[in-house]
Amino acid sequence: MGRLGGGALPRRRSVELKGIHIPHNKATAEQETTVMPLPSKVMLPMQQHVGAPCVPQVKRRQHVEVGQLIGHSDARLTCDIFSPVSGIVREIRQVHYSNGWSDEAVVIEPDGEQIVHESVQKPEVTDFASLVEALKHSGIVGLGGAGFPAWAKMNTDLSSIDTWLVNGAECEPYLSTDYREMVEHADTVLEGIKACLDYSGVPRSLICIEDNKPRAIELLRKMAADDPRIDVYELPARYPQGASRVILRNVTGRSVPRGGHLTDVGALLFNVTTMSEIGRYLRTGMPLTKRRLTVMGDAIARPQNLEVVVGTPISEILEYCGCAPGPRKVIIGGPMMGTTQVELDVPVVRQNCGLLAFGVNGPVVPRQTACIKCSRCIDNCPIRLSPIEIHKAYINRDTARLDELMADLCVECGTCSYVCPSKQPLVQSTHLARALLRAEQRKAKGRR
Amino acid sequence: MALFKRSEAPVNLDNPANNPLVLRPAPQISSAVTTHIIMRDVLVALIPATVAAVAYFGLRALLVIATSIASCVGFEYLWCRLRKTPQTIGDLSAAVTGLLLAFNVPSTLPLYMVVIGAFVAIIMTKELFGGIGKNFANPAIVGRIFLAVAFPVAMTTFVGPQVALSPVDVVSSATPLAPTAQPLSYLELLLGMHMGVLGETSALALLLGMVFLLYRPVITWHIPVAYVGTVCVLSLLTGHDVIAEALSGGLLLGAIYMATDYSTCPATKRGKLVFGVGCGLITCLIRFFGNLNEGVAYSILFMNLLVPYIDQLTPNIPVGGEAIIAERRRAKRGGKAHE
Repeated sequence: MGRLGGGALPRRRSVELKGIHIPHNKATAEQETTVMPLPSKVMLPMQQHVGAPCVPQVKRRQHVEVGQLIGHSDARLTCDIFSPVSGIVREIRQVHYSNGWSDEAVVIEPDGEQIVHESVQKPEVTDFASLVEALKHSGIVGLGGAGFPAWAKMNTDLSSIDTWLVNGAECEPYLSTDYREMVEHADTVLEGIKACLDYSGVPRSLICIEDNKPRAIELLRKMAADDPRIDVYELPARYPQGASRVILRNVTGRSVPRGGHLTDVGALLFNVTTMSEIGRYLRTGMPLTKRRLTVMGDAIARPQNLEVVVGTPISEILEYCGCAPGPRKVIIGGPMMGTTQVELDVPVVRQNCGLLAFGVNGPVVPRQTACIKCSRCIDNCPIRLSPIEIHKAYINRDTARLDELMADLCVECGTCSYVCPSKQPLVQSTHLARALLRAEQRKAKGRR
Repeated sequence: MALFKRSEAPVNLDNPANNPLVLRPAPQISSAVTTHIIMRDVLVALIPATVAAVAYFGLRALLVIATSIASCVGFEYLWCRLRKTPQTIGDLSAAVTGLLLAFNVPSTLPLYMVVIGAFVAIIMTKELFGGIGKNFANPAIVGRIFLAVAFPVAMTTFVGPQVALSPVDVVSSATPLAPTAQPLSYLELLLGMHMGVLGETSALALLLGMVFLLYRPVITWHIPVAYVGTVCVLSLLTGHDVIAEALSGGLLLGAIYMATDYSTCPATKRGKLVFGVGCGLITCLIRFFGNLNEGVAYSILFMNLLVPYIDQLTPNIPVGGEAIIAERRRAKRGGKAHE
């Protein structure tokens, strides 16, 4: 466990869980963020977070303003949705995602006025309870991609928490949105962290950044120099250093017990952009309505880090960035964990951080051949699982073996499938194996 | 012109005219390493040893190597052809087996015996058990042991290198490890200026290949280091010449290229260390107490058979699963005590 106090925090770069080298391809990292003009419509799905979906709070033809509440739910775990534009609600309809799910979405036609709604007020925060209460109305979710409501994550017993980890690793290839946030908005990042430390009483915070981002490391180190509680921790630029369990192990040496959470071992982990949004919200009271996306890929003529309003259809973003007609593969997120899209009339939701489009010459995963038992998947798994064994057990639907192999610990980073020379669907099998295990556990609970 | 067709009604996604976009689970990229590239790297790593073999034993050695590779690839081709399964000779694994088999026989071996060895290796050891990745023992090693048992005289008719530091008669003679053999200088051992099968002569060439394999990385250090290390330690403890034991016989060839065969070695690094130590132990037993030319081959074959058990005993402990593994072990021990 690292020592507390000024200047003596660990800064080592040699870590226990090493990860693998994947070409970074972060060509847009040093480009200033550009702002995309308002789209012709914004679509706000009612589920942009982990938890219960929201219920639309507006009606068709109703006029809405920036920051106005659009979706709300009384469920225990949820996160409100706010309008990013002023305009008129055109319809409330279904959107279909490529994973087969669909969701109710409020479609708003912007009027271009961008009048701010009266409810947007700087929140009054005096203690931790009021901070959590304020964040409930901020629309801020885990912006690294998980989308877990930020208020719910910190709404726990904090007395045993000694480290507030901030994830600025951004290990996914291509993506550089967190990097831009750190370089362009280091002030709000630190404001967010300071506010959280002040009100929660957590004694220290470590901003974990991969060492391929020296500018961000240097800048944040310099700006955090006056606060002994905050320091920057360098991680090697290897995939998947940004996975929460990997960061926790590499920085604190602790591991989350199976079925547990980070809070069980005294740590909290927030994405760096999430912290920045918290800082910005506490400063202005404007809920989360904008998102920076890294738009890249060989089909994109003008790759850039683009700030868009939440709900912008990805087809309009691709058009704006000069996407060649007829892309073969469109990915929301990064190439390792992102999802391919089959329809382009889907909106950007708040936890998205990348949009990649590839033409016919884009990345192709070769044909699957027989496993040669090279054990690359086992050697490189950041959680030290045995992906090929899980794959075999899943094919046999052997839940006892899957339980023995602890398939549910998988973070689905995709390292196993990436390194596999015979291109076995390892992470894909593990994903299904986890679902199978969950179903089995539910059944067992029902029987009891 | 609209870039994309927008449709409000659900589209038939199976029709490429409706939807040219590829739907595929993550990850969307993969490393450039394929089975073909791994096997090609092994072949490249064996080039120095091949050159040494041809330089020492002449064109006859080249003929043996060519026959072995051609028959191994040929048998695999025929097997896939006859069973109407996808052709797998493109992954070069049969070529690697062929080259390794050739390295395991003397240059004087009649060519029809080489073909028989290739049949045993490819058809009987590899394909009958399900092909690449499913064989329980190293095909080249089984091929060598089969030939040694079936044709003991031909398999031990060694000739001296044609270019030698000291003139050696081209006659049948014992390998440096045989009790009757004259002791060789370390330089001779390192360069491979002695009797032996094609591949077990030049330690230097084999080590060069190992550096390449470790750099790529095709193999990890665990098996070669554990194997050779165990032999060295045991030789030291029993008063044998450590360097001579390490450099002679098929030890380096076996430790670097055959014991590291993916399908027939344990999966985890801990398992690989156990495997290497076991190979070293058996090799020393055969060398110190027995009189077999195939000590390395037998020890690797024996350890091949133990791989499933080693795998079972040396799994990786998942991050976050430490407590559960400890609990399981306690339960197992408790159960035994109860009995």
